[in-house]
Amino acid sequence: MVELSEEEAAVADGRDGAGAAMAMRIVADSARLLGAPRLLPIASAHIDGALYHGDSGTLFAERLVEGGARVAIRSTLNVGALDLTGCSRDRLPEHERGMARRMMDAYRALGCEPSWTCAPYQAGHRPALGTDVAWGESNAVVFCNSVLGARTNRYGDFLDIACAIAGRAPDYGLHRPENRAATLVFDVGALPRSFVASEIAWPILGSLFGKSVGNDIGVVAGVDAHPGEDALKAFGAAAASSGAVGLFHIAGVTPEAPDVATALAGRTPSATIPVTAEMVADARSRLSTAQQAERIDAVAIGSPHLSLAEFERLARLIGGRRLAVPIHACTGRHVLAGLDRLGLRKPLGEAGVTIVADTCVVVTPILPELAGGVLMTNSGKFAHYAPGNTGYDVLYASLAECVESAVAGRPVLERAPAA
Amino acid sequence: MSEVACEILLDGPAASGPALVLTAPISFWGGVDPKTGRIADVRHPQHGDCIAGRVLFLPGTIGSSSASAVLLELVHAGRAPAAIVLHEPDAILLLGLIVAREMGWETPPAVRLDRTMHGQFAGRSVTVGADGSIAEA
Repeated sequence: MVELSEEEAAVADGRDGAGAAMAMRIVADSARLLGAPRLLPIASAHIDGALYHGDSGTLFAERLVEGGARVAIRSTLNVGALDLTGCSRDRLPEHERGMARRMMDAYRALGCEPSWTCAPYQAGHRPALGTDVAWGESNAVVFCNSVLGARTNRYGDFLDIACAIAGRAPDYGLHRPENRAATLVFDVGALPRSFVASEIAWPILGSLFGKSVGNDIGVVAGVDAHPGEDALKAFGAAAASSGAVGLFHIAGVTPEAPDVATALAGRTPSATIPVTAEMVADARSRLSTAQQAERIDAVAIGSPHLSLAEFERLARLIGGRRLAVPIHACTGRHVLAGLDRLGLRKPLGEAGVTIVADTCVVVTPILPELAGGVLMTNSGKFAHYAPGNTGYDVLYASLAECVESAVAGRPVLERAPAA
Repeated sequence: MSEVACEILLDGPAASGPALVLTAPISFWGGVDPKTGRIADVRHPQHGDCIAGRVLFLPGTIGSSSASAVLLELVHAGRAPAAIVLHEPDAILLLGLIVAREMGWETPPAVRLDRTMHGQFAGRSVTVGADGSIAEA
Protein backbone atom coordinates (compact mmCIF):
# COMPACT_ATOMS: atom_id res chain seq x y z
CA MET A 1 0.00 0.00 0.00
CA VAL A 2 1.42 3.34 -0.98
CA GLU A 3 1.85 5.84 1.82
CA LEU A 4 1.58 9.54 0.99
CA SER A 5 3.39 12.25 2.93
CA GLU A 6 1.26 14.89 4.64
CA GLU A 7 2.13 17.32 1.86
CA GLU A 8 1.21 14.82 -0.89
CA ALA A 9 -2.06 13.93 0.83
CA ALA A 10 -2.98 17.62 1.14
CA VAL A 11 -2.35 18.19 -2.57
CA ALA A 12 -4.39 15.08 -3.46
CA ASP A 13 -7.20 16.52 -1.30
CA GLY A 14 -7.30 19.70 -3.35
CA ARG A 15 -5.18 22.15 -1.36
CA ASP A 16 -3.48 23.41 -4.54
CA GLY A 17 -6.50 23.22 -6.81
CA ALA A 18 -8.41 20.63 -8.80
CA GLY A 19 -5.75 20.08 -11.47
CA ALA A 20 -2.92 19.48 -8.99
CA ALA A 21 -5.19 17.16 -6.99
CA MET A 22 -6.09 15.12 -10.05
CA ALA A 23 -2.41 14.75 -10.98
CA MET A 24 -1.39 13.67 -7.47
CA ARG A 25 -4.23 11.12 -7.29
CA ILE A 26 -3.20 9.65 -10.67
CA VAL A 27 0.40 9.27 -9.47
CA ALA A 28 -0.72 7.77 -6.15
CA ASP A 29 -3.19 5.33 -7.77
CA SER A 30 -0.50 4.20 -10.21
CA ALA A 31 1.95 3.75 -7.34
CA ARG A 32 -0.60 1.54 -5.58
CA LEU A 33 -1.06 -0.66 -8.68
CA LEU A 34 2.72 -0.85 -9.21
CA GLY A 35 3.29 -1.88 -5.63
CA ALA A 36 5.43 1.19 -4.87
CA PRO A 37 5.61 1.92 -1.12
CA ARG A 38 5.95 5.69 -1.54
CA LEU A 39 6.44 8.53 -3.99
CA LEU A 40 9.81 10.07 -4.86
CA PRO A 41 10.58 13.71 -5.62
CA ILE A 42 11.73 14.06 -9.22
CA ALA A 43 13.96 16.66 -10.90
CA SER A 44 12.55 16.80 -14.42
CA ALA A 45 10.14 15.25 -16.88
CA HIS A 46 9.98 14.57 -20.60
CA ILE A 47 6.37 14.34 -21.72
CA ASP A 48 5.30 11.95 -24.45
CA GLY A 49 1.59 12.52 -23.84
CA ALA A 50 1.09 15.45 -26.22
CA LEU A 51 0.95 13.24 -29.31
CA TYR A 52 -2.68 13.01 -30.43
CA HIS A 53 -4.14 9.47 -30.41
CA GLY A 54 -7.79 10.45 -29.96
CA ASP A 55 -10.02 13.15 -28.52
CA SER A 56 -9.98 11.79 -24.96
CA GLY A 57 -6.29 12.71 -24.55
CA THR A 58 -7.00 16.30 -25.57
CA LEU A 59 -9.93 16.53 -23.14
CA PHE A 60 -7.72 15.16 -20.33
CA ALA A 61 -5.02 17.80 -20.91
CA GLU A 62 -7.63 20.56 -21.11
CA ARG A 63 -9.18 19.36 -17.83
CA LEU A 64 -5.80 19.77 -16.14
CA VAL A 65 -5.52 23.28 -17.58
CA GLU A 66 -9.04 24.19 -16.38
CA GLY A 67 -8.08 22.89 -12.93
CA GLY A 68 -5.21 25.39 -12.77
CA ALA A 69 -2.45 22.76 -12.94
CA ARG A 70 1.15 23.72 -13.77
CA VAL A 71 4.21 21.52 -14.00
CA ALA A 72 6.33 21.68 -10.84
CA ILE A 73 9.62 20.78 -12.56
CA ARG A 74 11.36 21.30 -15.88
CA SER A 75 9.27 19.46 -18.46
CA THR A 76 10.21 19.14 -22.12
CA LEU A 77 7.73 17.93 -24.73
CA ASN A 78 8.18 15.02 -27.08
CA VAL A 79 6.91 15.22 -30.66
CA GLY A 80 3.38 16.30 -31.41
CA ALA A 81 1.29 15.34 -34.43
CA LEU A 82 1.90 18.69 -36.17
CA ASP A 83 4.94 20.51 -37.53
CA LEU A 84 4.30 23.92 -35.96
CA THR A 85 7.43 25.36 -37.58
CA GLY A 86 5.87 25.08 -41.05
CA CYS A 87 8.86 23.14 -42.41
CA SER A 88 6.63 20.27 -43.59
CA ARG A 89 2.95 19.51 -44.18
CA ASP A 90 0.83 16.69 -42.82
CA ARG A 91 -2.22 15.02 -44.34
CA LEU A 92 -4.30 14.87 -41.12
CA PRO A 93 -8.07 15.31 -41.53
CA GLU A 94 -9.45 18.60 -40.26
CA HIS A 95 -11.01 17.33 -37.01
CA GLU A 96 -7.85 15.45 -36.01
CA ARG A 97 -5.62 18.42 -36.84
CA GLY A 98 -7.78 20.72 -34.73
CA MET A 99 -7.78 18.37 -31.75
CA ALA A 100 -4.04 17.74 -32.08
CA ARG A 101 -3.47 21.51 -32.07
CA ARG A 102 -5.67 21.95 -28.98
CA MET A 103 -3.71 19.19 -27.27
CA MET A 104 -0.34 20.80 -28.04
CA ASP A 105 -1.69 24.16 -26.80
CA ALA A 106 -2.94 22.58 -23.56
CA TYR A 107 0.45 21.06 -22.75
CA ARG A 108 2.04 24.48 -23.34
CA ALA A 109 -0.51 26.02 -20.99
CA LEU A 110 0.54 23.51 -18.31
CA GLY A 111 4.02 25.04 -18.44
CA CYS A 112 5.81 22.44 -20.59
CA GLU A 113 8.62 23.66 -22.85
CA PRO A 114 7.76 23.56 -26.57
CA SER A 115 10.80 21.47 -27.40
CA TRP A 116 8.76 18.99 -29.52
CA THR A 117 11.59 16.55 -29.89
CA CYS A 118 12.28 12.90 -29.17
CA ALA A 119 15.95 13.82 -28.53
CA PRO A 120 15.53 16.27 -25.60
CA TYR A 121 18.96 15.17 -24.36
CA GLN A 122 20.44 16.90 -27.43
CA ALA A 123 18.26 19.97 -26.88
CA GLY A 124 19.82 20.93 -23.58
CA HIS A 125 17.79 18.71 -21.24
CA ARG A 126 20.36 16.52 -19.53
CA PRO A 127 19.58 15.55 -15.93
CA ALA A 128 22.61 14.76 -13.78
CA LEU A 129 23.89 11.28 -12.99
CA GLY A 130 21.84 9.61 -10.25
CA THR A 131 18.89 12.04 -10.26
CA ASP A 132 15.33 10.72 -10.33
CA VAL A 133 13.24 11.95 -13.27
CA ALA A 134 10.04 10.91 -15.06
CA TRP A 135 10.63 10.57 -18.77
CA GLY A 136 8.47 9.23 -21.56
CA GLU A 137 9.28 8.15 -25.17
CA SER A 138 11.20 4.89 -25.26
CA ASN A 139 14.38 6.20 -26.90
CA ALA A 140 14.57 9.19 -24.54
CA VAL A 141 14.01 6.92 -21.54
CA VAL A 142 16.77 4.52 -22.53
CA PHE A 143 19.22 7.37 -23.31
CA CYS A 144 18.40 9.11 -20.04
CA ASN A 145 18.99 5.96 -17.99
CA SER A 146 21.92 4.55 -19.91
CA VAL A 147 23.95 7.45 -21.29
CA LEU A 148 23.14 10.16 -18.72
CA GLY A 149 22.77 7.82 -15.76
CA ALA A 150 19.66 9.62 -14.49
CA ARG A 151 16.91 7.31 -13.23
CA THR A 152 13.54 6.84 -14.84
CA ASN A 153 11.02 4.16 -15.63
CA ARG A 154 9.17 4.19 -18.94
CA TYR A 155 6.45 6.77 -18.28
CA GLY A 156 3.61 6.78 -20.77
CA ASP A 157 0.58 8.89 -21.59
CA PHE A 158 -1.13 10.59 -18.61
CA LEU A 159 1.32 9.41 -15.95
CA ASP A 160 4.16 11.49 -17.44
CA ILE A 161 2.30 14.80 -17.12
CA ALA A 162 0.75 13.77 -13.78
CA CYS A 163 4.26 13.19 -12.38
CA ALA A 164 5.45 16.52 -13.82
CA ILE A 165 2.61 18.39 -12.10
CA ALA A 166 2.95 16.48 -8.83
CA GLY A 167 6.77 16.64 -8.92
CA ARG A 168 6.60 13.04 -7.72
CA ALA A 169 6.91 9.54 -9.20
CA PRO A 170 6.21 6.06 -7.81
CA ASP A 171 9.29 4.63 -6.08
CA TYR A 172 9.90 1.38 -7.95
CA GLY A 173 11.78 -0.18 -10.85
CA LEU A 174 14.76 1.68 -12.28
CA HIS A 175 14.56 4.43 -9.62
CA ARG A 176 16.05 1.85 -7.24
CA PRO A 177 19.83 1.33 -7.57
CA GLU A 178 19.54 -2.40 -6.89
CA ASN A 179 17.40 -2.79 -10.03
CA ARG A 180 19.91 -1.09 -12.34
CA ALA A 181 22.67 -3.71 -12.43
CA ALA A 182 23.19 -5.81 -15.55
CA THR A 183 22.30 -9.49 -15.33
CA LEU A 184 23.59 -10.61 -18.71
CA VAL A 185 26.54 -9.86 -21.00
CA PHE A 186 26.21 -9.07 -24.71
CA ASP A 187 29.73 -9.60 -26.03
CA VAL A 188 30.61 -7.97 -29.36
CA GLY A 189 34.36 -8.58 -28.93
CA ALA A 190 34.48 -11.15 -31.76
CA LEU A 191 33.09 -8.72 -34.37
CA PRO A 192 35.56 -6.86 -36.61
CA ARG A 193 36.64 -3.59 -34.99
CA SER A 194 36.01 -1.74 -38.24
CA PHE A 195 32.37 -2.85 -38.11
CA VAL A 196 31.84 -1.87 -34.46
CA ALA A 197 33.35 1.55 -35.31
CA SER A 198 30.95 2.08 -38.26
CA GLU A 199 27.76 4.13 -38.14
CA ILE A 200 25.60 1.30 -39.46
CA ALA A 201 26.68 -1.09 -36.71
CA TRP A 202 24.82 0.65 -33.89
CA PRO A 203 21.17 0.45 -34.98
CA ILE A 204 21.74 -3.18 -36.01
CA LEU A 205 23.43 -4.08 -32.72
CA GLY A 206 20.68 -2.22 -30.84
CA SER A 207 17.98 -4.15 -32.62
CA LEU A 208 19.76 -7.44 -31.87
CA PHE A 209 20.36 -6.39 -28.24
CA GLY A 210 16.66 -5.56 -27.73
CA LYS A 211 15.59 -8.96 -29.09
CA SER A 212 18.26 -10.83 -27.10
CA VAL A 213 17.94 -9.41 -23.58
CA GLY A 214 14.17 -9.69 -23.09
CA ASN A 215 13.26 -8.22 -19.72
CA ASP A 216 16.83 -8.43 -18.41
CA ILE A 217 19.36 -5.61 -18.25
CA GLY A 218 22.37 -6.22 -20.46
CA VAL A 219 25.92 -4.91 -20.50
CA VAL A 220 27.69 -4.71 -23.86
CA ALA A 221 31.27 -5.95 -23.63
CA GLY A 222 34.03 -5.72 -26.23
CA VAL A 223 33.64 -2.10 -27.32
CA ASP A 224 37.06 -0.49 -27.09
CA ALA A 225 36.34 3.07 -28.22
CA HIS A 226 33.49 5.44 -27.41
CA PRO A 227 31.30 5.26 -30.53
CA GLY A 228 29.94 8.81 -30.12
CA GLU A 229 26.68 10.07 -28.74
CA ASP A 230 24.73 9.76 -31.99
CA ALA A 231 25.68 6.07 -32.18
CA LEU A 232 24.46 5.50 -28.60
CA LYS A 233 21.26 7.34 -29.50
CA ALA A 234 20.72 5.00 -32.48
CA PHE A 235 21.58 1.90 -30.43
CA GLY A 236 19.15 2.75 -27.64
CA ALA A 237 16.31 3.67 -30.00
CA ALA A 238 16.66 0.40 -31.91
CA ALA A 239 16.91 -1.62 -28.68
CA ALA A 240 13.80 0.04 -27.24
CA SER A 241 11.87 -0.68 -30.46
CA SER A 242 12.73 -4.37 -30.79
CA GLY A 243 12.50 -5.09 -27.05
CA ALA A 244 11.35 -3.56 -23.79
CA VAL A 245 14.79 -2.09 -23.05
CA GLY A 246 14.77 0.81 -20.59
CA LEU A 247 18.44 0.69 -19.60
CA PHE A 248 21.62 -0.70 -21.15
CA HIS A 249 25.25 -0.52 -20.14
CA ILE A 250 28.32 -0.48 -22.38
CA ALA A 251 31.48 -1.36 -20.48
CA GLY A 252 33.99 1.48 -20.66
CA VAL A 253 31.46 3.83 -22.27
CA THR A 254 28.32 4.45 -20.19
CA PRO A 255 28.56 6.02 -16.73
CA GLU A 256 27.36 3.11 -14.58
CA ALA A 257 29.66 0.65 -16.38
CA PRO A 258 33.34 1.55 -15.99
CA ASP A 259 33.89 -2.16 -16.58
CA VAL A 260 31.80 -5.32 -16.98
CA ALA A 261 32.15 -6.42 -13.36
CA THR A 262 30.88 -3.07 -12.03
CA ALA A 263 27.92 -3.13 -14.40
CA LEU A 264 27.07 -6.60 -13.07
CA ALA A 265 27.37 -5.30 -9.48
CA GLY A 266 29.97 -8.00 -8.92
CA ARG A 267 27.54 -10.85 -9.59
CA THR A 268 27.84 -13.69 -12.09
CA PRO A 269 25.76 -13.00 -15.23
CA SER A 270 22.79 -15.27 -15.90
CA ALA A 271 24.06 -15.61 -19.48
CA THR A 272 26.73 -14.33 -21.86
CA ILE A 273 25.67 -13.84 -25.46
CA PRO A 274 28.65 -14.07 -27.84
CA VAL A 275 27.56 -11.94 -30.80
CA THR A 276 28.59 -13.42 -34.15
CA ALA A 277 28.76 -12.02 -37.67
CA GLU A 278 25.86 -14.32 -38.63
CA MET A 279 23.68 -12.88 -35.85
CA VAL A 280 24.50 -9.38 -37.08
CA ALA A 281 23.73 -10.25 -40.71
CA ASP A 282 20.42 -11.80 -39.60
CA ALA A 283 19.51 -8.76 -37.46
CA ARG A 284 20.34 -6.48 -40.38
CA SER A 285 18.16 -8.41 -42.80
CA ARG A 286 15.27 -8.37 -40.31
CA LEU A 287 15.29 -4.58 -40.32
CA SER A 288 14.19 -4.62 -43.98
CA THR A 289 10.83 -5.80 -45.30
CA ALA A 290 11.76 -5.02 -48.92
CA GLN A 291 15.30 -6.32 -49.30
CA GLN A 292 14.88 -7.09 -52.98
CA ALA A 293 13.36 -3.69 -53.84
CA GLU A 294 14.42 -2.34 -57.22
CA ARG A 295 13.22 1.19 -56.61
CA ILE A 296 12.62 3.41 -53.63
CA ASP A 297 9.91 6.04 -53.21
CA ALA A 298 11.29 8.04 -50.29
CA VAL A 299 14.06 8.17 -47.74
CA ALA A 300 13.37 8.98 -44.08
CA ILE A 301 16.05 9.69 -41.50
CA GLY A 302 15.96 11.20 -38.04
CA SER A 303 14.47 8.75 -35.55
CA PRO A 304 15.58 9.79 -33.02
CA HIS A 305 15.64 13.37 -34.28
CA LEU A 306 18.82 14.37 -36.14
CA SER A 307 21.51 16.36 -34.39
CA LEU A 308 23.27 19.24 -36.12
CA ALA A 309 26.32 16.98 -36.59
CA GLU A 310 24.14 14.46 -38.41
CA PHE A 311 22.81 17.21 -40.72
CA GLU A 312 26.37 18.29 -41.51
CA ARG A 313 27.20 14.73 -42.48
CA LEU A 314 24.05 14.56 -44.62
CA ALA A 315 25.03 17.76 -46.44
CA ARG A 316 28.58 16.49 -47.02
CA LEU A 317 27.29 13.20 -48.45
CA ILE A 318 24.85 14.98 -50.78
CA GLY A 319 27.69 17.26 -51.90
CA GLY A 320 25.51 19.67 -53.87
CA ARG A 321 23.80 16.99 -55.99
CA ARG A 322 20.05 16.90 -56.62
CA LEU A 323 18.01 14.03 -55.23
CA ALA A 324 15.76 11.97 -57.51
CA VAL A 325 13.75 10.79 -54.45
CA PRO A 326 13.06 13.09 -51.49
CA ILE A 327 14.83 12.64 -48.15
CA HIS A 328 12.60 13.42 -45.16
CA ALA A 329 14.96 14.57 -42.41
CA CYS A 330 13.20 14.66 -39.02
CA THR A 331 14.56 16.88 -36.30
CA GLY A 332 13.72 19.16 -33.43
CA ARG A 333 13.32 22.90 -33.68
CA HIS A 334 16.44 23.23 -31.49
CA VAL A 335 18.49 22.27 -34.57
CA LEU A 336 16.92 24.77 -37.00
CA ALA A 337 18.89 27.80 -35.79
CA GLY A 338 22.13 25.84 -36.16
CA LEU A 339 21.17 24.87 -39.70
CA ASP A 340 20.61 28.53 -40.52
CA ARG A 341 23.87 29.55 -38.87
CA LEU A 342 25.79 27.03 -40.97
CA GLY A 343 23.88 28.07 -44.08
CA LEU A 344 22.62 24.51 -44.59
CA ARG A 345 18.87 24.92 -44.66
CA LYS A 346 18.57 26.41 -48.16
CA PRO A 347 21.00 24.08 -50.00
CA LEU A 348 19.45 21.03 -48.35
CA GLY A 349 16.00 22.19 -49.44
CA GLU A 350 17.20 22.85 -52.98
CA ALA A 351 18.77 19.40 -53.17
CA GLY A 352 15.41 17.81 -52.32
CA VAL A 353 15.58 17.33 -48.55
CA THR A 354 12.30 17.97 -46.71
CA ILE A 355 13.06 19.00 -43.15
CA VAL A 356 10.37 17.77 -40.75
CA ALA A 357 10.47 19.53 -37.37
CA ASP A 358 8.41 19.06 -34.16
CA THR A 359 7.11 15.68 -35.34
CA CYS A 360 8.17 12.78 -37.55
CA VAL A 361 6.99 10.68 -40.48
CA VAL A 362 5.92 7.60 -38.49
CA VAL A 363 3.69 9.41 -35.97
CA THR A 364 1.75 11.62 -38.38
CA PRO A 365 0.85 11.23 -42.07
CA ILE A 366 3.47 13.23 -43.99
CA LEU A 367 4.68 10.70 -46.56
CA PRO A 368 2.38 10.55 -49.58
CA GLU A 369 -0.19 7.75 -49.45
CA LEU A 370 1.27 5.12 -51.74
CA ALA A 371 0.27 1.46 -51.94
CA GLY A 372 3.37 -0.72 -52.17
CA GLY A 373 5.69 2.22 -51.48
CA VAL A 374 9.28 1.54 -50.42
CA LEU A 375 10.97 3.66 -47.79
CA MET A 376 14.72 3.60 -47.24
CA THR A 377 16.07 4.50 -43.81
CA ASN A 378 19.18 4.30 -41.67
CA SER A 379 17.09 4.32 -38.48
CA GLY A 380 16.44 1.07 -36.64
CA LYS A 381 13.39 2.67 -35.09
CA PHE A 382 11.89 3.84 -38.40
CA ALA A 383 12.64 0.38 -39.82
CA HIS A 384 10.62 -1.14 -36.98
CA TYR A 385 7.59 1.16 -37.07
CA ALA A 386 7.29 2.39 -40.67
CA PRO A 387 5.57 -0.69 -42.15
CA GLY A 388 2.75 -0.59 -39.56
CA ASN A 389 2.40 3.17 -39.29
CA THR A 390 2.96 4.37 -42.87
CA GLY A 391 2.12 1.34 -45.02
CA TYR A 392 5.55 1.58 -46.71
CA ASP A 393 7.87 -1.36 -46.92
CA VAL A 394 11.31 -0.64 -45.53
CA LEU A 395 14.82 -1.05 -46.87
CA TYR A 396 17.40 -0.51 -44.15
CA ALA A 397 20.79 0.97 -45.12
CA SER A 398 23.59 3.26 -43.97
CA LEU A 399 23.25 7.03 -44.31
CA ALA A 400 25.74 7.02 -47.21
CA GLU A 401 23.67 4.35 -48.97
CA CYS A 402 20.47 6.31 -48.29
CA VAL A 403 21.96 9.41 -49.92
CA GLU A 404 23.37 7.56 -52.96
CA SER A 405 20.03 5.80 -53.41
CA ALA A 406 18.09 9.06 -53.15
CA VAL A 407 20.32 10.58 -55.82
CA ALA A 408 19.93 7.53 -58.09
CA GLY A 409 16.24 6.90 -57.34
CA ARG A 410 16.92 3.21 -56.77
CA PRO A 411 18.72 1.21 -54.07
CA VAL A 412 22.49 1.71 -54.27
CA LEU A 413 23.99 -0.59 -51.67
CA GLU A 414 27.61 -1.28 -50.89
CA ARG A 415 28.42 -4.94 -51.28
CA ALA A 416 28.19 -7.12 -48.20
CA PRO A 417 27.78 -5.59 -44.73
CA ALA A 418 31.18 -5.20 -43.13
CA ALA A 419 30.43 -7.78 -40.45
CA MET B 1 -21.32 -22.31 -10.70
CA SER B 2 -20.13 -20.88 -7.44
CA GLU B 3 -19.20 -17.29 -6.79
CA VAL B 4 -15.49 -16.48 -7.02
CA ALA B 5 -13.93 -13.81 -4.81
CA CYS B 6 -11.35 -11.54 -6.47
CA GLU B 7 -8.97 -8.82 -5.40
CA ILE B 8 -10.36 -5.41 -6.35
CA LEU B 9 -7.91 -3.40 -8.46
CA LEU B 10 -10.24 -0.50 -9.25
CA ASP B 11 -13.58 -0.46 -7.49
CA GLY B 12 -16.94 0.51 -8.85
CA PRO B 13 -20.62 -0.47 -8.79
CA ALA B 14 -21.58 -3.99 -9.86
CA ALA B 15 -21.26 -4.56 -13.61
CA SER B 16 -22.69 -7.32 -15.82
CA GLY B 17 -22.20 -8.56 -19.34
CA PRO B 18 -21.46 -11.59 -21.47
CA ALA B 19 -18.00 -12.92 -20.64
CA LEU B 20 -15.26 -12.66 -23.26
CA VAL B 21 -12.42 -14.91 -22.18
CA LEU B 22 -9.26 -14.24 -24.17
CA THR B 23 -7.03 -17.25 -24.68
CA ALA B 24 -3.86 -15.27 -25.43
CA PRO B 25 -2.31 -12.05 -24.10
CA ILE B 26 -3.20 -8.91 -25.99
CA SER B 27 -1.64 -5.53 -26.67
CA PHE B 28 -4.33 -2.85 -26.49
CA TRP B 29 -2.15 -0.55 -28.60
CA GLY B 30 -2.50 -1.91 -32.12
CA GLY B 31 -4.48 -4.91 -30.87
CA VAL B 32 -7.83 -3.26 -30.12
CA ASP B 33 -9.53 -0.68 -32.32
CA PRO B 34 -9.99 2.37 -30.03
CA LYS B 35 -13.09 3.52 -31.91
CA THR B 36 -15.07 0.26 -31.85
CA GLY B 37 -13.51 -2.09 -29.29
CA ARG B 38 -13.00 -4.78 -31.92
CA ILE B 39 -9.91 -6.97 -31.55
CA ALA B 40 -7.85 -5.86 -34.52
CA ASP B 41 -4.75 -8.01 -34.06
CA VAL B 42 -5.05 -10.57 -36.87
CA ARG B 43 -2.76 -12.98 -35.03
CA HIS B 44 -4.93 -12.99 -31.88
CA PRO B 45 -7.18 -16.05 -31.41
CA GLN B 46 -10.18 -13.79 -30.61
CA HIS B 47 -9.52 -11.54 -33.62
CA GLY B 48 -12.79 -9.94 -34.71
CA ASP B 49 -14.54 -10.23 -31.33
CA CYS B 50 -15.65 -6.99 -29.71
CA ILE B 51 -14.76 -6.15 -26.10
CA ALA B 52 -17.40 -3.38 -25.74
CA GLY B 53 -19.93 -4.19 -23.01
CA ARG B 54 -18.31 -7.56 -22.24
CA VAL B 55 -16.80 -8.76 -18.99
CA LEU B 56 -13.28 -9.06 -20.39
CA PHE B 57 -11.00 -11.76 -18.99
CA LEU B 58 -7.32 -11.05 -19.78
CA PRO B 59 -4.79 -13.85 -19.30
CA GLY B 60 -2.02 -11.32 -19.91
CA THR B 61 -1.26 -7.99 -21.51
CA ILE B 62 1.59 -7.04 -23.81
CA GLY B 63 3.00 -3.79 -22.56
CA SER B 64 2.78 -0.67 -24.61
CA SER B 65 2.90 2.72 -22.99
CA SER B 66 -0.10 3.69 -25.14
CA ALA B 67 -2.41 0.95 -23.81
CA SER B 68 -3.83 3.44 -21.32
CA ALA B 69 -4.66 5.91 -24.12
CA VAL B 70 -6.54 3.21 -26.04
CA LEU B 71 -8.56 2.23 -22.98
CA LEU B 72 -9.39 5.87 -22.15
CA GLU B 73 -10.49 6.38 -25.75
CA LEU B 74 -12.75 3.30 -25.50
CA VAL B 75 -14.35 4.61 -22.30
CA HIS B 76 -14.89 8.02 -23.90
CA ALA B 77 -16.44 6.41 -26.99
CA GLY B 78 -18.75 4.23 -24.87
CA ARG B 79 -17.01 1.12 -26.22
CA ALA B 80 -15.20 -0.06 -23.07
CA PRO B 81 -15.70 -3.48 -21.51
CA ALA B 82 -18.37 -3.67 -18.76
CA ALA B 83 -15.66 -4.93 -16.39
CA ILE B 84 -12.07 -6.13 -16.69
CA VAL B 85 -10.69 -9.26 -15.04
CA LEU B 86 -6.89 -9.45 -15.09
CA HIS B 87 -4.54 -12.31 -14.28
CA GLU B 88 -2.12 -9.70 -12.96
CA PRO B 89 -2.43 -5.95 -12.57
CA ASP B 90 -1.12 -3.99 -15.56
CA ALA B 91 -0.57 -0.49 -14.21
CA ILE B 92 -0.29 1.07 -17.67
CA LEU B 93 -3.56 -0.38 -18.95
CA LEU B 94 -5.40 0.40 -15.71
CA LEU B 95 -4.10 3.97 -15.82
CA GLY B 96 -6.65 4.45 -18.62
CA LEU B 97 -9.41 3.64 -16.10
CA ILE B 98 -7.86 5.80 -13.37
CA VAL B 99 -7.87 8.77 -15.74
CA ALA B 100 -11.39 7.99 -17.00
CA ARG B 101 -12.64 8.05 -13.42
CA GLU B 102 -10.87 11.36 -12.79
CA MET B 103 -12.61 12.71 -15.91
CA GLY B 104 -15.94 11.74 -14.37
CA TRP B 105 -16.74 9.23 -17.11
CA GLU B 106 -18.56 5.99 -16.32
CA THR B 107 -15.71 3.58 -15.69
CA PRO B 108 -15.70 -0.24 -15.59
CA PRO B 109 -14.35 -1.90 -12.43
CA ALA B 110 -11.21 -4.05 -12.59
CA VAL B 111 -10.46 -7.13 -10.50
CA ARG B 112 -7.69 -9.69 -10.33
CA LEU B 113 -8.26 -13.41 -10.86
CA ASP B 114 -5.77 -16.14 -11.68
CA ARG B 115 -6.01 -17.05 -15.37
CA THR B 116 -6.53 -20.75 -14.56
CA MET B 117 -9.95 -19.70 -13.20
CA HIS B 118 -11.03 -17.74 -16.31
CA GLY B 119 -12.21 -20.61 -18.53
CA GLN B 120 -15.27 -21.51 -16.44
CA PHE B 121 -16.90 -18.17 -17.35
CA ALA B 122 -16.56 -18.55 -21.13
CA GLY B 123 -19.90 -18.27 -22.90
CA ARG B 124 -21.77 -17.19 -19.75
CA SER B 125 -23.29 -13.94 -18.68
CA VAL B 126 -21.55 -12.76 -15.52
CA THR B 127 -21.70 -10.03 -12.90
CA VAL B 128 -18.70 -8.48 -11.19
CA GLY B 129 -20.01 -7.34 -7.82
CA ALA B 130 -19.06 -4.19 -5.95
CA ASP B 131 -17.27 -6.53 -3.49
CA GLY B 132 -15.08 -7.91 -6.30
CA SER B 133 -16.91 -11.25 -6.58
CA ILE B 134 -17.66 -12.81 -9.97
CA ALA B 135 -20.83 -14.83 -10.41
CA GLU B 136 -23.11 -15.99 -13.18
CA ALA B 137 -25.69 -13.27 -13.83
